[in-house]
Amino acid sequence: MQFGLRWLGGAVIVLFLVGCGESGSTLTVTGSSTIAPLMAELAERYETETGIQVDVQSGGSGRGMGDVRQGLADLGMVSRALKADEQDLDGHLIGRDGIAIIVHRDNPVRALNDDQIRAIYTGKMQRWDAGSTEGRPITVVHKAQGRSTQELFLAYFQLENSQVQPDRVIGENQQGIKAVAGDPFAIGYVSIGTAIYEADNGTAIRLLPLEGKPASLAVLAQGGYPLARELNLVTHGEMSQPVADFLAFVTRTDMADVYHDYYFLPAAE
Amino acid sequence: MITTSSLPLSDRLLTLVLRLCGGLAALVLGGIVVVLLVQALPFLINEGAGIWQSTWQPGQGEYGMAPMIAGSLFVSVLALVLAAPVAVLLAAWLRYFAPRLRRPVLAGVELMAGIPSVVYGLWGMLVLVPWINQWVPPGASWLAGSLVLGLMIVPLALLVTDAALGQLPLRYQRAGEALALSRVGMLRRVLLPRAAPGIVGGVVLQFGRALGETMAVLMVCGNVVQWPDSVFAPVRTLTANIALEMAYATGDHRVALFASGLLLIAVTGLLLMASWRLRGVSHG
Repeated sequence: MQFGLRWLGGAVIVLFLVGCGESGSTLTVTGSSTIAPLMAELAERYETETGIQVDVQSGGSGRGMGDVRQGLADLGMVSRALKADEQDLDGHLIGRDGIAIIVHRDNPVRALNDDQIRAIYTGKMQRWDAGSTEGRPITVVHKAQGRSTQELFLAYFQLENSQVQPDRVIGENQQGIKAVAGDPFAIGYVSIGTAIYEADNGTAIRLLPLEGKPASLAVLAQGGYPLARELNLVTHGEMSQPVADFLAFVTRTDMADVYHDYYFLPAAE
Repeated sequence: MITTSSLPLSDRLLTLVLRLCGGLAALVLGGIVVVLLVQALPFLINEGAGIWQSTWQPGQGEYGMAPMIAGSLFVSVLALVLAAPVAVLLAAWLRYFAPRLRRPVLAGVELMAGIPSVVYGLWGMLVLVPWINQWVPPGASWLAGSLVLGLMIVPLALLVTDAALGQLPLRYQRAGEALALSRVGMLRRVLLPRAAPGIVGGVVLQFGRALGETMAVLMVCGNVVQWPDSVFAPVRTLTANIALEMAYATGDHRVALFASGLLLIAVTGLLLMASWRLRGVSHG
């Protein structure tokens, strides 16, 4: 027993030392949960090609910027354009995405105009149409504060967060998709990329057009989708060589298929 | 207190290591409290009164936490109300009425206690919430949170109750049998009352666990900051609020979240002390 404990103690110390030694050769990327799955895939490819580990953590665009400023991360993922007061950071455009309004796949509603969406989110319209959806109450799925998806949504519909009357507040895109897929009378909004990816993989959601423009990559590529956004990687101060190398890697033209796999547009398109 | 002078070297080493580990654990806890205090105190002094308001709009400088404090308590209390009777009755039944089933069931229950809470949350989100939704929308609600928490509490409450009953001297049972008491009567009048302090103490400890649970609750409660008007209304707990917003929060918003963490530690500490008192544990 004592013998075992001593070994255990030794093993713990060794693990501790190994853990400390490793941190030098990795890159850390944190931020937007919209970009994170794409970045994780790119990071995996980068590791197979160069052997350099890239640690990707999702936690929202705000966190990405905060981590980069504090030096906790090498790169921050920000799923919108940088604002005027964020010019201390260097933005690097890697792709484009939009925000899609989603409902359950069995919901017969095929389109909602901006005023209707605004009415739903402010609680003025509480039930679906009597004819098509039995007049059931609408479950309004809203995002928690600080998410760039939420900021863009509110800005587009000219709403203040305090005006929104949600039935369910979620954090990540995936939670939003599960919330809508599990509730035939829910409405939510998530990244187009995530939504198309999930819908194509059999998740019970439907993307609604916005102002008559379907939420698709083709429309996004033509610049016709109204609620579009940039996908950025941000850095703070001078870029180190490993960071610059990784940035060059993720924007390489032969990586376009990875972006398409996640239904994003690479910056070049 | 273990005296070390007469022990062999290996034992002395082990004692030293164990003391170091114990000291480290205490130091970490102390560190957490200090960090929370340092971060939250200026905010609490300046805006302490504001946290008892009802409006949580950090974007506009409103940090009312009352509905979330209530949310945490409501969800945990209902979870206990649902789980405690089930756990106590099941433990008593297994011990006195179906002793053959006791071992296999306890083994299964221990396994249940080991399932990570996020798995319960996932089940709640994919099965329980849609099910409640068909019945009373929106589904993600106070009730869903309490059911998931209750399910998480049952195994540990059951084990605690079983242990409390197991510690009763056998003579109670013998005397009861000699007096020809019915088994139900003996359980109700003698055994459960005698074991009550241990059971209640264990259950109070589970209440603390329920208050601190985060991910599972975040996934099923709906997270709307409001006073719930029924068990089917969504609520946001303090823990869910921290998990949802901490990554994005800056400035006062961030400090307000630290303050809510401090509040949680204070409540959990009070519950722990209540549990000690009830179980008659002395840590002198």
